[in-house]
Amino acid sequence: MKTMVANGVRGALTLLAFSFVFTALMAGTYALTKDIVAKNQEDAERALIAQVLPAGSYDNNLLADKKLVPKADAKALGNDDTSAIYLAKKTGKTVGAVIEATAPDGYAGKIKMLVGVAPNGQVLGVRVVDHKETPGLGDYIDAAISNWIDQFKGKSLGNPALERWKVKKDGGEFDSHAGATISPRAVVKALGKTLVYVDAHKAGLFGDAS
Amino acid sequence: MMISRQEVRDISHNGVWKQNPGVVQILGMCPTLAMTTSVVNGASLGIATALVMACSGAAVALLRQFVPNELRNPIYILIIAAVVTIVQLAMNAYMHALYNVLGIFIPLIVTNCIVLARAEAFASKNGVIQSGLDGFMMGIGGTVVLAILGGIREVLGKGTLLSGIDLVFGASAKSWVIHVIPADLNYQFLFMILPPGAFIGLGLLVAGKAALDRRAAEAARRREAETSTPLAA
Repeated sequence: MKTMVANGVRGALTLLAFSFVFTALMAGTYALTKDIVAKNQEDAERALIAQVLPAGSYDNNLLADKKLVPKADAKALGNDDTSAIYLAKKTGKTVGAVIEATAPDGYAGKIKMLVGVAPNGQVLGVRVVDHKETPGLGDYIDAAISNWIDQFKGKSLGNPALERWKVKKDGGEFDSHAGATISPRAVVKALGKTLVYVDAHKAGLFGDAS
Repeated sequence: MMISRQEVRDISHNGVWKQNPGVVQILGMCPTLAMTTSVVNGASLGIATALVMACSGAAVALLRQFVPNELRNPIYILIIAAVVTIVQLAMNAYMHALYNVLGIFIPLIVTNCIVLARAEAFASKNGVIQSGLDGFMMGIGGTVVLAILGGIREVLGKGTLLSGIDLVFGASAKSWVIHVIPADLNYQFLFMILPPGAFIGLGLLVAGKAALDRRAAEAARRREAETSTPLAA
């Protein structure tokens, strides 16, 4: 009996010792890479935001100039949680907003997007930042795969009218690839909702610029 | 502690050919089928796995005398999980774009049975250098399969080779992409891009390896027969 207890204690202490040593190694690696990882993520975010705004159109740090959308409003943008709107400014005047939006009804799950909108409600650019759509089928919504997403540039709620914010297959304005309409349908629908949100919150977003 | 040239040769041949994890042991099928949509994806995950296997093999061999027999599995998994976490953090810091592509498959290396299998079958009974080399060569064997399968699927599915190479070597490497089928044709063979294509491709690789082994065995038998038959007077 004593031997069993002793073996059990020895085993537990051995496992504990290994856990401590390897946790320390992981913690050390985390401490060494933490700042680099944070910078990488910030750079990646900044690069994506830059893709939805015309080059040289703003002079502020977008990541610093951001508004948090409360949870209740975030639902209108398809987001489950508090999301952000990055304000682009030129010499102190708001010249655009980059909005985090989500299409909840993608083929393989949520499609997260960044939408650049001008004070006049025109789309400046759209980028899909996260999706799980089928490679080779629905993933053409991603700018890295095709330029499909560029067709929204310059469009607004009146151009086309809200009821035309659909893919052509559904009687709308926008192109989609044959045999793969679920992903673009979700993106177009989410973009329409985003523009409706921007229109309703124009004053709060752009102030006198609108 | 030293390792002979013959040992290096045997361990390398074992990992890359004789006991190849992908086409002989048929282990680690989840990443093999999911991540082989291109050469770059397959090879990148393979190299990350090889690195994990080398480090975990060496660590297991180094610490085996402190591991009680009945605690082998939990401690080996702890070691593997720690090594994978370290590799994951390092990739996130120094190869961020590639880290984003491989995504969930980096932490899933922990559950890849080939890693634990080699720790149990080889590292727990051999020296540090031998175990590190065994892990690395098994990983390289897996990488070769992942890269070839990725190549087959990429060429047949998208008509390209080395797409996504810029994620590893930076934007300047975009020009390295080979369009086997001209880009303006918008070629696509969906079957090969989707998981069924991976099954077919892997099946062909397994069959090809078996055929080569059979041919080599027949050639050896023929040679043996020639040397053993007495010359006619």
